[in-house]
Amino acid sequence: MKNKSKAFKQSFTTYALVLAFYLVCEIWLKTGNMSSLMEGLLVPLCYYMILAVSLNIVVGISGELSLGHAGFMCVGAFTGAIFAVTAGAEMPEYLELFIAIILGAAVSAVFGFLIGIPVLRLRGDYLAIVTLAFGEIIKNVINTIYLGVDVEGMHITMKDALSLNLGEGGKTIIKGAQGITGLPRNANFTIGIILVFISLFIVLNLINSRQGRAIMAIRDNRIAAESIGLSVSKYKMMAFVISAALAGVAGVLYAHNLATLQATPKNFGYNMSIMILVFVVLGGIGNIKGSLIAAVILTILPEKLRFLSDYRMLIYAVVLIAMMLFNSAPKAVAFRERLVESISRKNKKEAKEEA
Amino acid sequence: MSSFITYLINGISLGSVYAIIALGYTMVYGIAKMLNFAHGDIIMVGGFTTYYIASVMGMPSAVGVLGAVVVCTALGVIIERIAYKPLREASSLSVLITAIGVSYFLQNAALIVFGADTKSFKSVIDIPSLSLMGGTVTVSGETMVTILSCIIILIGLTAFINKTKTGQAMLAVSEDKGAATLMGINVNRTIAVTFAIGSALAAVAGVLLCSSYPTLSSTTGAMPGIKAFVAAVFGGIGSIPGAMIGGIVLGIIENLSKAYISSQLSDAIVFAVLIIVLLVKPTGLMGKKIQEKV
Repeated sequence: MKNKSKAFKQSFTTYALVLAFYLVCEIWLKTGNMSSLMEGLLVPLCYYMILAVSLNIVVGISGELSLGHAGFMCVGAFTGAIFAVTAGAEMPEYLELFIAIILGAAVSAVFGFLIGIPVLRLRGDYLAIVTLAFGEIIKNVINTIYLGVDVEGMHITMKDALSLNLGEGGKTIIKGAQGITGLPRNANFTIGIILVFISLFIVLNLINSRQGRAIMAIRDNRIAAESIGLSVSKYKMMAFVISAALAGVAGVLYAHNLATLQATPKNFGYNMSIMILVFVVLGGIGNIKGSLIAAVILTILPEKLRFLSDYRMLIYAVVLIAMMLFNSAPKAVAFRERLVESISRKNKKEAKEEA
Repeated sequence: MSSFITYLINGISLGSVYAIIALGYTMVYGIAKMLNFAHGDIIMVGGFTTYYIASVMGMPSAVGVLGAVVVCTALGVIIERIAYKPLREASSLSVLITAIGVSYFLQNAALIVFGADTKSFKSVIDIPSLSLMGGTVTVSGETMVTILSCIIILIGLTAFINKTKTGQAMLAVSEDKGAATLMGINVNRTIAVTFAIGSALAAVAGVLLCSSYPTLSSTTGAMPGIKAFVAAVFGGIGSIPGAMIGGIVLGIIENLSKAYISSQLSDAIVFAVLIIVLLVKPTGLMGKKIQEKV
């Protein structure tokens, strides 16, 4: 019972943090003090938060290094975008978004399952490189796809737009590397935050559930967990699929925040996967609240450093290295502990003297 | 047929560059158990150093190559000392993120120092191309030099590891750090030497890569770096002959799929082959199987 209340307290502070963040931003926005730059960052902040939280399931809870998270985001983004310009085009705005999110999550989950079958047979760095490979494959293949629709149904080719052989009234949806154009752009901050809440609800409940504990047991000692009858492949797959589905949700949000969706190395390449991983590692592996905070800080920081122009990313890199050294180097950790100890000793001494 | 041979030879040449980069990756992984994501960016630094010495300052290209090797070796050792050494006992994930930070740093420092525009690299190799099979197949000087350098490097490196004291120390450290320390091996120095060799190889690879594909920008090294990483895993990460075979096979697959299937899909095909190989042999072609104990 005591454990349960502790878990509840931790989840509660995480929700409260997001709610506070939302309220601050909304007040800031409504009073008109927010710069247009910050305003443009609000929806990206939401999908980065979802991505960080979802990657934390695989990296933190399940203990596997994934470098292909952007691939699942890409699948979700394109699923949502295809729906938005076809069947969803006639629907009311929010219904369209709702169905797109469900579809994006479902298709990403299917991809997560299919990719998980080979990936989860591997271990450690080999698993990492294969996830990277899948992420790149997804991005590359989507870049070569031409998809069109006419009265006869969907046409798909990898050659060019003409070989789609569309009938009368046909419409090209994905134009190869040019991607999908004419998206509705109906995502907003409130929807983004609602999705963050839903993701948090799923992830935090997973961690505190029987299944979550099984996943963590496998992470801590696979052989011991197996010997007490936990199915390693089942629980690893569960973590992987949930993570993929949530990345798909983030992708749908991403696609609904743009007018044109293209799969470029910048948005769905391994660089993006690595950026999400940086959020997770800096926020503390397995720490959901930390992921949220790291995602927010590391998204705003490069924008706030814009006045440094060319030196911006250089300083970002230096900050990243310095934070990693300060956070993880054994000497730095020992130094921090000594510092904390000496402060607490001083406080005690003062308290004694006062008494 | 003759066009196939041309594609094949170009593939081997590209693969040789991948192999040289992969050797650096695999040595560093074998000894420090870390994925050095910044390795690809060392290639770019090597390319730029040669460009400035040979093309801008007008010195002979041999000086340019030598300068690149010296600069990259020093850079590799400095990076290891500042960014990786303090994290030797930390988790592998935090080392990985630090390496990513170093990679960002090198790319953006290059952007500031060398400018954002793409430079055209003047080939350092001045050998006439060779005509084979009655003139239907031409092999450029760059291709020959690249393949030859790769062979020399492999032979030299194998001899270095098997015949010298430092090489044996490297093997010992990669087997068991604690036992190596007990045998009187200076582990820190050995790791520094490994980084120095890996970075020197990256400099050579950078010059060869830029001679064959003569454009140079701050992100030149990123994709070859990733490909070489794939090659190292493909051959079994930690294994030197594995990195060699992995690199060359990867280069051939990439070039042939560019020629016969689709240039846009060539990367996807390379990655797909990697996945298939790892499914059949989960530790790569020449990797060792690790026994697990409870």
